[in-house]
Amino acid sequence: MKPAPFVRHVPRTLQQALAILSQVAGQDGRILAGGQSLVPIMAFRLAKPAHLIDINEVAGLDRLESDGKVLSIGARVRHAAFHAPVTDNRLAALLTYVARHIAHYPIRMRGTFCGSLAHADPASEWCLTAATLGATMVAMSQRGTREIAASDFFEGIMSTALADDELLAEVRLPLLTPDAKFGFYEFNRRAGDFAMAASLVTYSLVNGKMAQARVGVGGAEPSPRRIEEAEAALNGQSPDDDAFRAAAQAASDAVDPLEDHQTNAEYRRDLVRVVVRRALEHSLT
Amino acid sequence: MTDKTALTLTINGRDHAIAVEARRTLADAIREDCGQTGTHIGCEHGICGACTVIVNGEPVRSCLMFAVQAEGKKIRTVEGLADGETLHPMQQAFMDHHGLQCGFCTPGFLMLAVGVLEREPDINDDDLLDVLSSNLCRCTGYQNIIKAVRAAAEQMRGK
Ligand SMILES: Cc1cc2nc3c(=O)[nH]c(=O)nc-3n(C[C@H](O)[C@H](O)[C@H](O)COP(=O)(O)OP(=O)(O)OC[C@H]3O[C@@H](n4cnc5c(N)ncnc54)[C@H](O)[C@@H]3O)c2cc1C
Ligand code: FES
Ligand code: FES
Repeated sequence: MKPAPFVRHVPRTLQQALAILSQVAGQDGRILAGGQSLVPIMAFRLAKPAHLIDINEVAGLDRLESDGKVLSIGARVRHAAFHAPVTDNRLAALLTYVARHIAHYPIRMRGTFCGSLAHADPASEWCLTAATLGATMVAMSQRGTREIAASDFFEGIMSTALADDELLAEVRLPLLTPDAKFGFYEFNRRAGDFAMAASLVTYSLVNGKMAQARVGVGGAEPSPRRIEEAEAALNGQSPDDDAFRAAAQAASDAVDPLEDHQTNAEYRRDLVRVVVRRALEHSLT
Repeated sequence: MTDKTALTLTINGRDHAIAVEARRTLADAIREDCGQTGTHIGCEHGICGACTVIVNGEPVRSCLMFAVQAEGKKIRTVEGLADGETLHPMQQAFMDHHGLQCGFCTPGFLMLAVGVLEREPDINDDDLLDVLSSNLCRCTGYQNIIKAVRAAAEQMRGK
């Protein structure tokens, strides 16, 4: 189907974008970033925004920089920016590995990192990454700028802490230590589909034992999150099959799985066990 | 609200002066307003890849862009692949390897494969297979598309 009519605004500066957003937010005015989620839902007429603020011409939003502590990702940085490592920090290798699981090449050419977070699909790989690593979201409006922790950002299926007049201007991801291990695994039926469950893990090794473990699970609940019970099962243990199986079981027990037409809760709970174990196994390769 | 915007789309080096609503997708504008019907439309929501074109060197789904967003950009469609009577190596390879049956998906696959190989001539085979999973074909079973793209990739690298 065809999208319903709308008025397009093309700001050139961030200030202009925020000013227009504050004017039209009340009339279902929305940001148009990569359009790779918004245009399909407009084609289905699930969304009929009266105004679209196209941020593709706004100067400066393609900022992608690391200051030694965090990697800052601006609102127009596309998924494809991560096809090759963006810094020499370990985080860049993680992002490159995860990026290739998002949709397909032509969609990655347009879709944005920040757009994925604002859209907040439960199965989004970038949402899982932000939740697992503890990202900071920088939300801007004419009222001011605020930082939102990942744990407060995701509020449910396609729902975030962003107010209607707020632009997600930047996301900051903490860099990893040089010795950090990471692993990722997602399960879906066809390449490029949204994950039915996915897991991202990181930890470091102190005298051969896992420490500062982070175990994130996405696609299984309304929002991705870290699973403390699984992290506790890893910290202080050697990275071996026993520890991985214990953590995977703990994650599986801890989730409250979504159900849909192809998966019931029991099936998804089992998938969580599998994806966490495989993400942990991937951390050793 | 249904006001039309006048704009110029540059398709395969030729300017098309058109007037469209903001909601007009690039795919519809290419076909309906510019009369370049080589680009096909299947699903209109990003799933099938039939509408793939190259915009400023990037293979994209033209059903997920608005025409107004493509103003001033270089758009390439299947009509621009051949050099006069000489087919592009990718087109020739699709013929040689029977990479098409009904042909509906073909323009999208050609623009996808050409777009990616121009950007990444040395892409490895695993990544190339992953790229080809972007688009849907109802006829061929994909094997001959993969053969054709592998063959054309070698030829494009050789040039
Ligand atoms: C066939 C297909 C398969 C896909 N598969 C996957 C997949 O496997 N995994 C995955 O994660 N995604 C997938 N996607 C979605 C894709 O990754 C999108 O690019 C992403 O979800 C949204 O980013 P965008 O820049 O395209 O945002 P848009 O589509 O432009 O916007 C999405 C929503 O976010 C809002 N928004 C965007 N940017 C901002 C901002 N900076 N501040 C405030 N609000 C903003 C918009 O107003 C809109 O409501 C798929 C898409 C398609 C078409
Ligand atoms: S018509 Fe554009 S992806 Fe199907
Ligand atoms: S050849 Fe018929 S859809 Fe691909």
